[in-house]
Amino acid sequence: MTTAPTWKRIVLAVAAPVAAVLVAMLLSSVVLLIVGSNPLRAFADMFEHASRLETMVDILNRATPLYISGIAAAVGFRMGLFNIGVEGQYLLAAIVAAHLGAQVALPPVLHIPFILLVAMVVGAAYAGFAGVLKVTRGINEVISTIMLNAIAISGLVAFLVNRWQSGGAVVGGVGRVGTEPIPASGRIPNLNPLVELFTREIRQGKTLTGVLIIAVIVGVVFHLLLNRTRFGFDLRASGINPFAAQVGGVPPKRMVVMAMVISGIFAGLVGMSEIMNLGFFPANPIQGLGFTGIAVALLGRNRAVGAAVAALLFAFLDVSSGVLQFSGAASREIVVIMQGIIILAAVIAYEIARRAREREEAAAAAEAMVGERGEAA
Amino acid sequence: MRPAEPLSTDRARRRFQDLPAYIRWPLYAAAAIFVLTVVQGLDGTDRLTSATTAQSMLRWAVPILLAGLGGLYSERSGVVNIGLEGMMVMGTWMGAWGALKFGPWWGLLAAIIGGALGGLLHALATVTFGVDHIISGVAINILAPGMTRFLSSIVEIPGWSITQSPRIPGVGSATVPVLAGGTIGSWTSPDLLGWLGSRDWFLISDMADILKGLLTRASWVTIAALILVPFSAWLLWRTRFGLRVRICGEYPAAGEAQGINVYKYKYIAVIISGALAGLGGAFIAGPELSGIYLEGQTQGRGFVGLAALIFGNWKPGGVLGASLLFGYPFGIGLRDLDGSASHSLILVSAIGLALVAISAFRRGRKVDAGLAVGLGALSVLWYLLSESVESVWINIFPYVIVLLVLVFFAQRLRVPAADGQIYRRGEA
Repeated sequence: MTTAPTWKRIVLAVAAPVAAVLVAMLLSSVVLLIVGSNPLRAFADMFEHASRLETMVDILNRATPLYISGIAAAVGFRMGLFNIGVEGQYLLAAIVAAHLGAQVALPPVLHIPFILLVAMVVGAAYAGFAGVLKVTRGINEVISTIMLNAIAISGLVAFLVNRWQSGGAVVGGVGRVGTEPIPASGRIPNLNPLVELFTREIRQGKTLTGVLIIAVIVGVVFHLLLNRTRFGFDLRASGINPFAAQVGGVPPKRMVVMAMVISGIFAGLVGMSEIMNLGFFPANPIQGLGFTGIAVALLGRNRAVGAAVAALLFAFLDVSSGVLQFSGAASREIVVIMQGIIILAAVIAYEIARRAREREEAAAAAEAMVGERGEAA
Repeated sequence: MRPAEPLSTDRARRRFQDLPAYIRWPLYAAAAIFVLTVVQGLDGTDRLTSATTAQSMLRWAVPILLAGLGGLYSERSGVVNIGLEGMMVMGTWMGAWGALKFGPWWGLLAAIIGGALGGLLHALATVTFGVDHIISGVAINILAPGMTRFLSSIVEIPGWSITQSPRIPGVGSATVPVLAGGTIGSWTSPDLLGWLGSRDWFLISDMADILKGLLTRASWVTIAALILVPFSAWLLWRTRFGLRVRICGEYPAAGEAQGINVYKYKYIAVIISGALAGLGGAFIAGPELSGIYLEGQTQGRGFVGLAALIFGNWKPGGVLGASLLFGYPFGIGLRDLDGSASHSLILVSAIGLALVAISAFRRGRKVDAGLAVGLGALSVLWYLLSESVESVWINIFPYVIVLLVLVFFAQRLRVPAADGQIYRRGEA
């Protein structure tokens, strides 16, 4: 038959990202050698640092929003839609959710879902707007989401941060300014007790975010939605061949809006780990998660498991690079270059792998055809 | 069926559309200034058409213009360049580094090289490896700030921290003689426009003020950027090179059939694209706008440049017009501490929306007309109910305009036919 053996496909699928990481390590080693640092020592320091429990907690905390953001981008990518606007969607969703969450008094079983729901609705609405613009006005979603990002970040969020600013709160001994604090009933508890059942005590005041559970749920929902539902099939079909899908009875306009809305629902949850950790939306929130999420989705090939690996890799690089500052092995900024190279090398490697697969399939098909003709003659 | 229009207005409109661009655009500009003059008369301010406003408008417009022109070359060759932002970031750092290390002119060259390298990377990914243009652009936008951050951490220039550089020297500026009172040798020429501007003649004085602002102490980079507009039009539409670049963006297979090396022209165009974005970055970091390199200082101007390209319908003159339009609210917002001039801008937007509504109605597009009337009414309401406008709203003005333009005119824009498509040699 025309499909290559399974093991061969798996090798091709895994080889590309591994090659990308190796290329990135190689190129950044060259950079480090040029500036006179020892790359082996730098990498050894990073791995040694990452083997500590506290660092692992940090990595998981960092990976959580990255993963959700990656899934949000992946929903669109699977359909050939580029939701570049996760950045604006999650910041807007987070500030509205934090503010409204602080206004209500509810028991925890309702309070936490209420905050999550608000975030999902805001994210979905803002992303859905780009979808509506695309289907009713023919505006490319890349352009509209870039514009909506700027409008959300420099306009709406900047305005709301000022408007909803309250005295702030003391977190970890440092006073920070932001929206009114969310009552304890609205905050997802950290997972330290759960982790400490299996390991030693987590020291240095580190806490493992409870939003990690939400990230896992997001991954499972994403996987089931795409692979086990009619909608997921339609979505993937539209991504592979929109015309064929349309002929097969998939309404293209509705699919675009639906895909954007679902992407926005996930995007709304990206900011949860920050507001659940702090208990409010800070005046200077963590930014860039939306763009790194795109990288996570690309590296993880828009799959639930792939994105998890990618998010952990990016989080590992972010967090464990901190040790370089103290050990003096190299400049910690080298990891930002590594991330950039990984993502660029990965997309190129995937493209090459895809072509290799196509060539192989074409060759196999040609062979089969020759064989059939031979039999006929 | 479209309602039949009176023949005379139809003919008049067609005659206006037939005028060459260099006459039509100044007429548009004059009409815009007329509206601004009327509005500021109503509001009792003179900031909307003052020389300083015009000056800051131009300063904000130049990086947008350079990024937009960069996008023009790239997209005319069929490569969408979301990576302009990253190439601009490279330009800010390289420009600052070159200027501090070797001098201001070398800084510009370094910025151009830095941006061009980003363009080369984009061309390598999209043209040679056939990676999706948006994906490659996003990757470059992630890579570039990482590069600059790393470079900042290893650079050995005193006073250069991880996020910012010491003060950067600039290439200087020039004032046009006779018209704006520039000097020729040691002779101070008369200031014709300044004299007109101080006359208080309706409209004429306002136009003179704006022109004087544009011609006074213009940086050499500004002058170069403005010259690049007609130059790009000539290069892309009047030379063999330009024809070849454009065929890559319209119908690359036809180009290939003619024996044109499509890959080569795409490479050249995307590298030029990066170089221009890099120059725009040097302008942002340089004393023209900031005077120091500061991390994150491009503030999405590469994206605004892309928006200017779309607004300008993939034409150099259009990109210039869009850049000035986007630069204008920034130019106003800069000095508008009490938010009163920004307040007048809402009324200007309402007038613009009213014009859109009329035009849409006459074309028989009732939905568009209704939408424009609704948005215009909201603007008027906002204008009447408020005294001033917070600066955050002025900061997002360009983005809102782009969305509105796309909402009303997306159907009438003409994208290069093969823009964004992955082209593989020999597969057509």
